[in-house]
Amino acid sequence: MYSEKVMDHFTNPRNVGEIEGASGVGTVGNAKCGDIMRMYLDIDDNGIIQDCKFKTFGCGAAIATSSMATELVKGKTIQEALQVTNKAVMEALDGLPPVKVHCSLLAEEAIHAALWDYAEKHGIKIEGLQKPKADISEGEEDEEY
Amino acid sequence: MNKVIYLDNAATTKTKPEVVEAMLPYFTEKFGNPSSVYSFASQNRTVVEDARAAIAKTLGAAEKDIYFTAGGSESDNWALKATVEAYKEKGNHIITSKIEHHAILHTCEYLEKQGVEVTYIDVDENGVIKLDELKKAIRPTTILISVMFANNEIGTIQPIKEIGEIAKEHGILFHTDAVQAYGHLPINVDEMHIDMLSASGHKLNGPKGIGFLYIRKGLKLRSFVHGGSQERRRRAGTENVPGIIGLGKAAEIAAATMEERIQHEIKLRDHLIDRILKEVSYVRLNGHRTDRLPNNVNFSFQFIEGESLLIMLDQKGICASSGSACTSGSLDPSHVLLAIGLPHEIAHGSLRLTLSDETTMEEIDFVVEALKEIVARLRSMSPLYEDFVAKNNIPQEA
Repeated sequence: MYSEKVMDHFTNPRNVGEIEGASGVGTVGNAKCGDIMRMYLDIDDNGIIQDCKFKTFGCGAAIATSSMATELVKGKTIQEALQVTNKAVMEALDGLPPVKVHCSLLAEEAIHAALWDYAEKHGIKIEGLQKPKADISEGEEDEEY
Repeated sequence: MNKVIYLDNAATTKTKPEVVEAMLPYFTEKFGNPSSVYSFASQNRTVVEDARAAIAKTLGAAEKDIYFTAGGSESDNWALKATVEAYKEKGNHIITSKIEHHAILHTCEYLEKQGVEVTYIDVDENGVIKLDELKKAIRPTTILISVMFANNEIGTIQPIKEIGEIAKEHGILFHTDAVQAYGHLPINVDEMHIDMLSASGHKLNGPKGIGFLYIRKGLKLRSFVHGGSQERRRRAGTENVPGIIGLGKAAEIAAATMEERIQHEIKLRDHLIDRILKEVSYVRLNGHRTDRLPNNVNFSFQFIEGESLLIMLDQKGICASSGSACTSGSLDPSHVLLAIGLPHEIAHGSLRLTLSDETTMEEIDFVVEALKEIVARLRSMSPLYEDFVAKNNIPQEA
């Protein structure tokens, strides 16, 4: 069902935990759908993401995408982090089953939410960043026969 | 431990070697069509009838009232759709429960689109159907009550005899989906006033692709599959002879060993339940504490999600299942867990472990230790647990 990379990031997730006094924290998803992702960013004065940690309530794909997303934004500038899309996370994981694509969207949203929190705390505006939705659900219905 | 610990016997069971052995000659040697005239093939007619008789005996039913099908889903579909068709003069109302298997619920939804009215009765927090609501739901147009014998997810056993009595009093037919219960609990169709009963071979150590529907004599149900004159013209198609032989053998073994098996499974089940409730915090047992299938255990672990749990169990060789949305491909967790009143996030953290007669105490203890470790690990990664700990000033576990 999952690629080896997904299984690796699920079994040995990178950067699990919290950052005390983080520059930005973002929580997305909802427990109703079974996925909540929280991302912590430590951003230095030059706007470089020095550290990134996460906590996730969710399935194997949700945990693996969180782990990969933290790896992808670490050491990046804010503008570079904004380019870490759900597609980039999926590709880095060698793909996800179709029903799990929303997990990668959640990872992208979690990065954006943490950056939004950082911008608000510092009274700055990040170009290209929109206020993230707090709730991710696709609302797709199965076709009935 | 490298071996597989199989605790998903509600999904399917291992076909017993004795069952396979009984079936094998009917593939390569005695492969004849029971409808053929020559003796080589027509002998198979006799063995099919012997299997039918063996099954009838386990239910206290008449032989002629057992009809072989391709399994539980076909039996459920047949019972509901054919009853609606046969009794449309009397009415178009069906009563069922909110925690039925999808073979019943989706058939009911299909029938609703055809103009049939369906009432879905609530269950209490243990998953027991509310009999007062059931009685109130009865209308002059009610033709059928269909309530499962025991629930496939949470194991709760329904008050089948009481439901049968209510149905009988009101002259309403009573069908029960006994897929999880047949071969696991004593059933008598007369004592329980059951008019129709669905069962499936692979849930009782028989083969897949075979099941039956019991239809009480006198019911006007028509054929669901049209064609040849097999099964007293009520279910066309060349008999699945190996499957029927296997189901008959499995039913015989299940009946003969039932008492012993129930004792063994209850002992292990209760040990598992007691240990988990005592040794893991923020956990809930789903389903009735005592009125439950001997082999069923279902927990909800707060703050974690079921699929993650299943994958980590799998990495330790433990096979289990969950009612989490992520295991069903939809965003909603199991309808059964929602019906017993669980909030979504707790339903997502459910785990079902279903034992067999081969499960050992060592395996159960291994599973408890594995669960303790995995639950702690997933909680350490959970933002829900983080919030809970912060809110309640709980010291972090090392």
